[in-house]
Amino acid sequence: MSSTASSRVPDVEPRFFTRAQWASFIIPTLILAVLLPVFNAVLPPDHLLHPSTFTLNLYGKYATYAVLALGVDLLWGYLGILSLGQSLFFALGGYAFGMHLLLMIGKDGQYKSDLPDYMVFLGYKALPAHWEPFYSFGFAAFAVMAVPALLAFVFGWLAFRSRIKGVYLSILTQALTYAAALLFFRNDFGFGGNNGFTDFKRVLGADLNSVETRRSLYIASVLLLAGVFLLYRWLTRAKFGHLMQAIRDGENRVLFSGYATARYKLFVFVLVAAITGVAGALYVPQVGIINPSEMTAEKSIEAVVWVAVGGRGTLLGPILGALFVNALKSWATRAAPELWLYFLGGLFVTVVLFLPGGLISLPAKFRSIWAKFRSKAPASDSSAIGH
Amino acid sequence: MSHPILQAEDVTKTFDGFRAINALNFYLFPGELRTVIGPNGAGKSTFFDLLTGRAKPDKGSVRFASADEAPSIDLTALNEYEIQRLGIGRKFQTPSVFAEHTVFTNLVLSLNGPRGVFASLFHRLDSTARDRLDALLKLVRLDDKRHWKAGLLSHGEKQWLEIGMLLASEPRVLLVDEPAAGMTDEETHRTGELLLSLAGKHSIVVVEHDMSFVKQISINGQVTVLHQGSVLCEGKFDDVQSNQKVREVYLGRGKH
Repeated sequence: MSSTASSRVPDVEPRFFTRAQWASFIIPTLILAVLLPVFNAVLPPDHLLHPSTFTLNLYGKYATYAVLALGVDLLWGYLGILSLGQSLFFALGGYAFGMHLLLMIGKDGQYKSDLPDYMVFLGYKALPAHWEPFYSFGFAAFAVMAVPALLAFVFGWLAFRSRIKGVYLSILTQALTYAAALLFFRNDFGFGGNNGFTDFKRVLGADLNSVETRRSLYIASVLLLAGVFLLYRWLTRAKFGHLMQAIRDGENRVLFSGYATARYKLFVFVLVAAITGVAGALYVPQVGIINPSEMTAEKSIEAVVWVAVGGRGTLLGPILGALFVNALKSWATRAAPELWLYFLGGLFVTVVLFLPGGLISLPAKFRSIWAKFRSKAPASDSSAIGH
Repeated sequence: MSHPILQAEDVTKTFDGFRAINALNFYLFPGELRTVIGPNGAGKSTFFDLLTGRAKPDKGSVRFASADEAPSIDLTALNEYEIQRLGIGRKFQTPSVFAEHTVFTNLVLSLNGPRGVFASLFHRLDSTARDRLDALLKLVRLDDKRHWKAGLLSHGEKQWLEIGMLLASEPRVLLVDEPAAGMTDEETHRTGELLLSLAGKHSIVVVEHDMSFVKQISINGQVTVLHQGSVLCEGKFDDVQSNQKVREVYLGRGKH
């Protein structure tokens, strides 16, 4: 496309990718979703290229985190809404799917009852009526999106219609997730209290502890991440995406240009909640537990840190940030568990102060330093124009 | 005589006991280019806020005529985007363009057309829209900077871009707040010529401080002087300039 000799920049960017970008999207996706599982299945465990099932499991978990981070970034980096409650939607998706997984244990629980263990323990006589539909995988899959979406719709409708913005909105989202966590911590709310749901045995008839199931869950997580990346890419490249950023930079002008900005915000907020719910649903069978600590404000803020570290306002940045910070966490919580939070805080401050564009901006930063180093002359104006 | 396209009658707006607008009457006729002047605090910006849904009057009516009839649409019942969709566009005092977007995209987002979420998701630029954008870029003299980020434009260029954005939405009424602020004399003059050329096709209200600019654009039209939230006087530029009350208001407070 750019090979036509002239330096004319097209007015409108391609909907998804240029050809080179397609390649750099498809190749990593194939490596992660096909090659690694094949190596895991075919190569002997002591082979250099054999990824252990534990590793796949870990990557699968990271992939669901990355989907959570992408949602945070779509809201924060593109739309200008810093939501400190995204882990709530993640956890709600997890709980909705957890209900199904719990029912699928059948009589294999501690008490050999049709009821989930914690219900037996708390003296339930029968399954509450709202649990019945969760025997169906289809219904659970629907609820995984619908429950977070419904909550996001009600909250967003009230907040955006009242034109609550900025730090006030952030505080409200934090209050929402805090209230929800308190509610879920209560035994009499009926979702297992602080223990939550655990001891899952099978999904769609397959043993959750088998290598095949774990591999499949990993593949599903990677494909979810790839799909969500494509969807958000399309969204941000459409006129809709330009409007999101325009709302971020100057909502007034958008409003006075005839757009009902509250509806735009509500649409993104609800969409992201539903997708984050799916990520939460895939997270739960891979870690084997869901409890209210997953929906605390701290978890949401952690996701915000991933986005800030990786690079806000880009789609690759949040993925990078989620991987990097969580890999660091895996290592640091083993090496020096009591120091991890200081580490995380220090990382956040460092990035905000010295690398506001996040890790994703490092190559450009190095390039500009290199350019300065080579031609001591200051960068010419033309570099700013084409961008 | 035809009907006004925009009328405000007996409008009052109070902020914390301060009467920003006080029993104001204002009539704008189709095709007119009206200039509004007045010392700082006379209520000019509040007046625009009341016309565009940003603020609601405590008392009085603000009405708009969608066709050649007596103004019947109650603007006080509508919000900002609904009023914009009726065809009332507003340029702000400080140029408000989308700094991170290119000049071209700024105009695309302003083009007249469906404004809903799904329309924006599946929007595509057709060739009529492209031609229109090209014409607009030429009109506001930003053709060679179409790929610049709007934030990199000079103050005067931003003012022009915002005027272009207004025109892209094909409004029937343009409310233009201090278009010449921060412009060189030459740019100011060209802005005046642009506004004069738009009168007739559009109905325009310009709020301005720069008296030579006011003189230029009010050559065929009326000047309204606001003072303490009410109309002090209305008429041709020369009549207004020689009006004793106007002189007192301006000179009493120092010029501007």
